[in-house]
Amino acid sequence: MEETSLYELTVPARFENLALIGDFISGVARRAGFDEKGVFNLQLACDEACTNVIEHAYGGGPGQIRIAVTVYPDRIQIQVHDTGRPFDPTTVRMPDLEAPLERRETGGLGLHFMRSIMDEVRFEFGEGGNRLTMVKRRTP
Amino acid sequence: MEIEVKQLKRASLVKVSGRVDSSNAPDLEKALKELMEQGQFRIVVDMSGLNFISSAGLRVLISAAKTCRRWNRGDVYLAALPQHIMETFELAGLTRVFKIFPDTVEAVGNL
Repeated sequence: MEETSLYELTVPARFENLALIGDFISGVARRAGFDEKGVFNLQLACDEACTNVIEHAYGGGPGQIRIAVTVYPDRIQIQVHDTGRPFDPTTVRMPDLEAPLERRETGGLGLHFMRSIMDEVRFEFGEGGNRLTMVKRRTP
Repeated sequence: MEIEVKQLKRASLVKVSGRVDSSNAPDLEKALKELMEQGQFRIVVDMSGLNFISSAGLRVLISAAKTCRRWNRGDVYLAALPQHIMETFELAGLTRVFKIFPDTVEAVGNL
């Protein structure tokens, strides 16, 4: 099967839409044949990405998030578009996963989840806005 | 997300069910803060009905546990984590820093 399928969802950039986005990602991932662990992880990576957009790109203000999911025979690609402030991932400090609880800082976990779950995480910024591309390959 | 709080003799039992993300993590934070303001620092969180938690929810639990542990007055104990939730805790490197129990009976019994 060489066919690819594209699914899209555009929603206002608000936290209360995260559950809707989660249902959308889970539905597509399940249809694409990912197992429950895969479905859960794709939902988590996308939730963290959209939370960043709502919190940082739009700073809690108005805006739209467009999510495009492309299912390929060997992988699934999730693209998150916004027209808010560009997000520079290099400014985010990675959490120290070995630190005791008392010294845990609470930032950076979302980006850490995205990078550990997905095989590819790429941020691009252009005139049309910001685009995050995340790719997860199917395990044979 | 649903939150149910029960007072036991030796601890408070907080059952969190459904989905915890950035939209409702502040509600969980508020529920835990209320307990701590009442002087309840031994908090068992029953996660058996939880089907999703993002880093926003983990941050609330980390911060509550930090407050509870101060002066050795208590802790946040986690119980009955569904498999995917446990894997999220593993991914965050949190299984080593939280006390995690297979169910609430064992959590309360070990306080």
